[in-house]
Amino acid sequence: MTSPQVMLEVEHLTKIFGANPKRALPLLEQGISKEDIFQKTGLTVGVHDASFSVYEGEIFVIMGLSGSGKSTLVRMLNRLIEPNSGSVTMRGKNITTMTHDELVQFRLHNMSMVFQSFALMPHLSVLENAAFGLELAGVAKQERSKRALQALEQVGLSGWENCKPENLSGGMQQRVGLARGLAVDPEIMLMDEAFSALDPLIRTEMQDELLMLQEKYRRTIIFISHDLNEALRIGDRIGIMEGGKLIQVGTPEDVLQNPANDYVKAFFKGVDPTSVLSAKDIVSKSHPTIIITKGGNLRAAHEILSASERDYAFVLDPQHRLQGVVSTDSIVELLKEKNPDRTLRDAFLQNIEAVNEDDSMQDILPLVAQSQNPVPVTDSNNKFKGVVSKARFLNTLHRSSDNTDNTDILTTEGA
Amino acid sequence: MFEDKVIPLDVWITDGINWLVDNHRALFLKLKWPVEQTLNGIDHGLNALHPLIIIAAVLLIAWRIAGWRVSLFSVLSLVFVGLLGLWEDTMTTLAMVVSSVLFCIIAGVPLGICAGKNDRFERIIRPILDAMQTTPSFVYLVPIVMLFSIGNAAGVLATIIFALPPIVRLTGLGIRQVPRELVEAAEAFGATNWQVLAKVQIPLALPTILAGLNQTIMMALSMVVVAALIGAGGLGSPVVLGLNSLDIGIAAIGGIGIVLMAVMLDRITQAAAKKRY
Repeated sequence: MTSPQVMLEVEHLTKIFGANPKRALPLLEQGISKEDIFQKTGLTVGVHDASFSVYEGEIFVIMGLSGSGKSTLVRMLNRLIEPNSGSVTMRGKNITTMTHDELVQFRLHNMSMVFQSFALMPHLSVLENAAFGLELAGVAKQERSKRALQALEQVGLSGWENCKPENLSGGMQQRVGLARGLAVDPEIMLMDEAFSALDPLIRTEMQDELLMLQEKYRRTIIFISHDLNEALRIGDRIGIMEGGKLIQVGTPEDVLQNPANDYVKAFFKGVDPTSVLSAKDIVSKSHPTIIITKGGNLRAAHEILSASERDYAFVLDPQHRLQGVVSTDSIVELLKEKNPDRTLRDAFLQNIEAVNEDDSMQDILPLVAQSQNPVPVTDSNNKFKGVVSKARFLNTLHRSSDNTDNTDILTTEGA
Repeated sequence: MFEDKVIPLDVWITDGINWLVDNHRALFLKLKWPVEQTLNGIDHGLNALHPLIIIAAVLLIAWRIAGWRVSLFSVLSLVFVGLLGLWEDTMTTLAMVVSSVLFCIIAGVPLGICAGKNDRFERIIRPILDAMQTTPSFVYLVPIVMLFSIGNAAGVLATIIFALPPIVRLTGLGIRQVPRELVEAAEAFGATNWQVLAKVQIPLALPTILAGLNQTIMMALSMVVVAALIGAGGLGSPVVLGLNSLDIGIAAIGGIGIVLMAVMLDRITQAAAKKRY
């Protein structure tokens, strides 16, 4: 096999947002962090000194948390955002120095884009949306309809040409977005979190679809994602961004086996999930709550519990502050006394401890392990947020130990 | 404390207007020319056509755009003003409204687009629009007469000043409301600035622009009486006539005609604005 051709060469690409961005450059040279630079100068570092190559026919995934600069980076490739310095070269053509007219021609014919928000034109039909790039390029109507229909067929949307995008589901809308990108037959397709807005099942389906298309057509695709699963599934190579810097580029295996730093390691190894995840990340809202007014009626509480088929209910005041916990047993016992003066407060279980939503899983482990009932979680104002049960706790541990399925950690760090 | 420190702004303005009248009246009369031609064309056209043709045309337009209820109402209104003996005045008023709105669109939509695309331009134009909308029309009625003399065309010019702001504002608003990501998507696919405007921004802003058009039409109608004060004809003239001779009846039928035309035009244009793409 011949060595792969370089399709796109990105060198030292930097973008700083704010007035007079050159001020931040010396600070960046000194290795001062993005946060400190913002404190000092009010400038936001989007991307700093990103260099990488993309080979012909590969899917190159740029992965990072929100705010890591990946969307800025991809928009500098087609200059939707103008870089402050650095260059992007495609097959020897320097994109960063193109005039506006050259850039328009380049976007028309060489590089298309698929958006997270789909960005379909609501006033155009599915067919017209798919043909949008061709229409801009001045392709004759018959020809562009033909090519748009082909593209729609590729993404499995034949028969929907005359619908409006608003009548389509999210997954189908993004298929239109994909068809629009494919119809212009670009050399490079940029996909900015293209599947992130879709629900997990549809997302997987779209990934498979993309891989199938890729099998046939071998396009060069630059794919932005914050989802590790996605990156591993579809990426031929992965670039990982943190705080505006591209910190590692390699095949999924490379990155898995030799993570460049702890940040990358955290993505893949999941470190110890119990130290990263806090109570609010695993909280469940499936248990019934009872709002207590005045005394609180025992029979009503009993009804609520039996209707929900749970053994424990959490009693809140109208402001949703946790008052206590009752169980089916504690209520039934009081009901047996047939004493009309008894209220719900008398049925409260003893020795109930709530945990704060920000406590880490490590902190709450002993409590969860000991207590019979699910442990209530509250915020700092004692507002009830849900419960953590043993089963839920163990389930989370189990999932996190599975290397390919620790996206929870990712979203946690992003929050 | 202000007794002996008065800025003689009133004197300056009078002098300024007088200077304009003395030296540049010919220029202003030239400016009036296209307005006058358009107005007379439409006016003669409407009055030359048999009322039945006009009623049929309104029936068809209102039915297509706004449905049979509005269509029925429009026809009944037209027949009613005809029976009141106001047909010619109504046609003149319609001609004045149509021609002033036409010029408002020609000037207002491009201004609105600029205001929608450019923050600085919007900051400059906004106070001017505020002034145009709030300055009592009596204030500029006299200068208009001095510069453009009296008659229908001068009335239309006064109407344009008053009715222009909403279409500028709402066009700007419509352009600004187009989602950023749609503009970005069009740019990513190689759209030029003109293509972004023509294929994305204007089509998506159209309902808002049409809402502005509706407002402009309403404001133009509300100027009909004021325009009659400077010698413009139409439904305003019976009102002014009635006012001067304390003839309540004549003033009232003029007013009824104006209201019926206003409701008719409002319903039709509102329906047009509400139509989705």
